Amino acid sequence: MANATHQRDVINQAGFKMLTLCKSQMEKAKEAFMEHDSDLAEEVITKEARVNALDLKIEEDCEKFLALYNPVAIDLRFVMAIRKINFDLERIADHAYSISRYVDDMDEKIKPELFQVLQFEKMYSTIMEMFNYITTAYEEKDVSLARKVFKKDKILDQINRDSFGIIEEEIKKDIAVIKQSLILFSVVKKMERVGDLLKNIAEEIIFYIEAEVVKHKKKK
Amino acid sequence: MEITMENPKKKGVVLDSIVDTSLKKTPKIETKNIKVWYEEFNAIKGISMSIKPNTVTAFIGPSGCGKSTFLRLFNRMNDYVDGFSLEGKIKINGQNIYKKNVNVEELRKEVGMVFQKPNPFPKSIFDNVAYGLKIQGIKDKQLINDRVISSLKQVGLWEEVKDDLKKSGLALSGGQQQRLCIARTLAVEPSIILMDEPTSALDPISTAKIEELIFQLKQKYTIVIVTHNMQQASRISDYTAFFYLGELIEFNKTKNIFTNPEKKQTENYITGRFG
Repeated sequence: MANATHQRDVINQAGFKMLTLCKSQMEKAKEAFMEHDSDLAEEVITKEARVNALDLKIEEDCEKFLALYNPVAIDLRFVMAIRKINFDLERIADHAYSISRYVDDMDEKIKPELFQVLQFEKMYSTIMEMFNYITTAYEEKDVSLARKVFKKDKILDQINRDSFGIIEEEIKKDIAVIKQSLILFSVVKKMERVGDLLKNIAEEIIFYIEAEVVKHKKKK
Repeated sequence: MEITMENPKKKGVVLDSIVDTSLKKTPKIETKNIKVWYEEFNAIKGISMSIKPNTVTAFIGPSGCGKSTFLRLFNRMNDYVDGFSLEGKIKINGQNIYKKNVNVEELRKEVGMVFQKPNPFPKSIFDNVAYGLKIQGIKDKQLINDRVISSLKQVGLWEEVKDDLKKSGLALSGGQQQRLCIARTLAVEPSIILMDEPTSALDPISTAKIEELIFQLKQKYTIVIVTHNMQQASRISDYTAFFYLGELIEFNKTKNIFTNPEKKQTENYITGRFG
């Protein structure tokens, strides 16, 4: 069974690597988007291949673990959770990739006022906080940190809900910002989706550690 | 009588519902604070347990933990072991089976046993199955014939041996021999079947056949099985009891034991971290 423990450690480390890589992709995508930095955007786009390769490796390792070691109890919950977390992280990296692709579509830097009225920085810092909670919860098996993610997701939902009216007002004020506003609106939607995926990951961490299914339940 | 009830798993029936229904029934086997000694060695240290009728209960635990000793109490197989002594009460169908006036032969008719290694007698297939009936003094040939056929059918051996019932039981394959031994047990119509690692000497195909058989037999019998195979316990049992150093550490629905055990020791054992 020592081999099983080793195999589990390998998956655990790969999962942690995926988490770090996807967080870094989001950081760079946001920076590239706000600063209209096409070199940085290109880096995110290129690194997507690494994310995909790691996604396949984790998937393969999990299959091997399930088939060869017949895990039960916490080992079974671990491998079930990692598969879902991996899937969610890969989707987050896809959003980072899509955000970076917008840099090429933009002729110029988006006006700082638009970022400000849409609370873009707040949205981003909330996502990073969620990432940090998840990283520590995952590393230290701390469920209380995973639960903190749910409250943060509500902030993102609210900003997303408000964004439509704000964008509408900005376009009415200055028709020249239509393209910028629509791109930014799309990015806000993607960030909100990233928040949902991080919430899913928090749910999976709770399931893995405490065997409690919190999915589809009302969160405090 | 051939059991034709289908595997509810295949029909999408929630397995839990079967377990929950059984919870309403009175215990088939009930033990209270059982302690067993082999001379000075305390093999079982105060175990209380209720086993519901028509369920499969798996006993798991590392070698020497007392699971086989505990199983063998239910048909008084330990009585012959030197230095054996018992404290506590074991009730089967509400009757204390260690009372002085209990007829042990009658008890063993009620509580059949299947062992680790198939142990057919050096007799024909027919005589192997009929053996228990004959030593009970049953002489009605038609009754014996009917019981042999129905027992062989229940274990799925009838189609394989019906044309050669005079062949020696020893000429069968290991898996067939084990099913023959189960048929021999069923022929005397017990209500409880004890199985002590019944598939540990069998290949995977024979093991699968025995497991399928256990699943079918629980419709009619209460089955208690000792196994070292964790996957087997999780596949076939409704309840699992984890033993360690003569103590019952955890006894719960198999689903709970294998997905979210309450005790750390159980988790460590079933995930292979100790034992």
